[in-house]
Amino acid sequence: MGRITLQGVRKAFGSHTVIHGADLDIADGSFVVFVGPSGCGKTTLLRLIAGLEDVTDGRILIDGSNVVGVAAAKRGLSMVFQSYALYPHMSVRGNIGFGLKMAGVARPEINRKVEAAAATLNLTPYLDRKPRELSGGQRQRVAIGRAIVREPKAFLFDEPLSNLDAALRVQMRLEITTLQKQLATTAIYVTHDQVEAMTMADRIVVLNAGRIEQFGSPLELYDRPDNLFVAGFIGSPRMNFIGKEMAKRYGAPTIGIRPEHLRAARDGEGWQGVVSVAEHLGSDTFLHVDVPEIGRLTARSVGELGLTTGDRVRLSPDPARIHRFDADGRAIRS
Amino acid sequence: MTAETRALGRLLLGPAVALLFVWMIVPLAMTIYFSTLHYNLLNPGMEQFVGLENYIYFLTDPAFLASLYNTLVLVGSVLVLTIVLGTLIALLLDQVVVGRSIVRLMVIAPFFVMPTVSALVWKNLLMHPVSGLFAWIATSLGLTPIDWFANAPLVAIILIVAWQWLPFATLILLTALQSLDEEQREAAEMDGAGPFSSFLYVTLPHLARPITVVILIETIFLLTVFAEIFVTTGGGPGLATTNIAFLIYAQALIQYDVGSASAGGMVAVVIANIVAFFLVRIVGRNLEA
Repeated sequence: MGRITLQGVRKAFGSHTVIHGADLDIADGSFVVFVGPSGCGKTTLLRLIAGLEDVTDGRILIDGSNVVGVAAAKRGLSMVFQSYALYPHMSVRGNIGFGLKMAGVARPEINRKVEAAAATLNLTPYLDRKPRELSGGQRQRVAIGRAIVREPKAFLFDEPLSNLDAALRVQMRLEITTLQKQLATTAIYVTHDQVEAMTMADRIVVLNAGRIEQFGSPLELYDRPDNLFVAGFIGSPRMNFIGKEMAKRYGAPTIGIRPEHLRAARDGEGWQGVVSVAEHLGSDTFLHVDVPEIGRLTARSVGELGLTTGDRVRLSPDPARIHRFDADGRAIRS
Repeated sequence: MTAETRALGRLLLGPAVALLFVWMIVPLAMTIYFSTLHYNLLNPGMEQFVGLENYIYFLTDPAFLASLYNTLVLVGSVLVLTIVLGTLIALLLDQVVVGRSIVRLMVIAPFFVMPTVSALVWKNLLMHPVSGLFAWIATSLGLTPIDWFANAPLVAIILIVAWQWLPFATLILLTALQSLDEEQREAAEMDGAGPFSSFLYVTLPHLARPITVVILIETIFLLTVFAEIFVTTGGGPGLATTNIAFLIYAQALIQYDVGSASAGGMVAVVIANIVAFFLVRIVGRNLEA
């Protein structure tokens, strides 16, 4: 079991408030990602749950009991750190088994569990190596092994993939999600990468400046962002925001339209503009178009349109996919 | 690195290497030469070749074994004291947040005091059986003051030398502590390690390499401790605080026996090499990547 509930959790360092009252209910077995720009408080929130920082105010419940004031080790959580934080002088076996050793588990039992964890993570051939003799991906696996061997109520991941190269990151992303589904253990995962958030999460918590902006499934955030921040943060390339005269025609101070919902064509309906930059990815084309009276818009089209810099283009938004926001940046739902 | 740059490098290094080589080899050769002579400063011009007689004389002198023993006790005790206390003080300083730079400066201060000066301060202001601070503390508590240099001379020397080397150990270990990855400590905390286990399994292994460095460097200097002994006890009472370095001095400048002192110097070189050999075997592997 690993249901984690935050009630009015606040954290201040001196007079500087980092988390302004967070309320969350994380269901048992779900994979929740905290995402936000750097300095938004996502790592602090994770460390508060872990017990590595003390909350200033509020309650953290794990399976219904308040753990505020309970030592980190006693909360039944395990953590994978950004730097992996492996113990450099211990073998892989020693690293994975350290938590069990500290808990006073008998040696044969430790060996059995460590070997089982190593087998799950394909680390068996490396059990007697030191961390410095391993590659980045293998170190990452050892850190995960150290977390799973204790059979925690929840895993906490603090940007665990940020030190890996792009290809390995995609692979480890998949491995972590698969493993989490297999074990059906609650996981909280911190990242600043919205692609990681979208691909891995059951539910995403979008944080900004110490506040939770929205909590929902990846598609909810994509289809129905609560506010301008979430709308701009989720999705790549970024949503286009249009203000002034053009927005008023749609009855809102600001409207947003995602690049993939702007149809680009050489002629026909829509806003007329000039292609400023065309990025050809093969599968997609990103067009950065200057439209008079609106500004720079990004459009994403599938395949190749044969448009390059300087070409005239017509952009027509999908009317059903226009997001409208009020003067405070909150979504207007009709 | 091309052949040309390598050749140029050798050429430029040449003078320095040559100078250092001459600097080392000339005194060594002269010492070896003197050690085979009957050479007493009281009878100048009477030098004659005596082969290994000086060595036999030096090695069979009862003072030699006593001073060898004193040297090893001195080196060993000071190493243990400075490393144990140095680690504890470094751990403490690592916690201090306010005024860390002031505290650090104060801790390093003894290292800048000349050995002769610090030995005099210890002898006359601290350990003096009548006017010393320790004596005053003892009498205030109704105890009999210890006459350090008469009753526990080697302990007194060890304390003085340890006090001088403590800053060095502390500073190296403190620097090492500050380079310990904070996340490792937190990982240990999450793994349920208390402060003691965390120290034993995370901090201490991290300190293995700096401790090795401290041991090697301190040993080099501790084998040749001289000023502290000269200023305080003069090697006595009897031979109680005579180490190899002091014994050689006594041979050369108290008994004016240059030949025997040179033989002693050569013995000291051999001893230092033996110690270095074992040290590198025992602790040196910590230095390999």
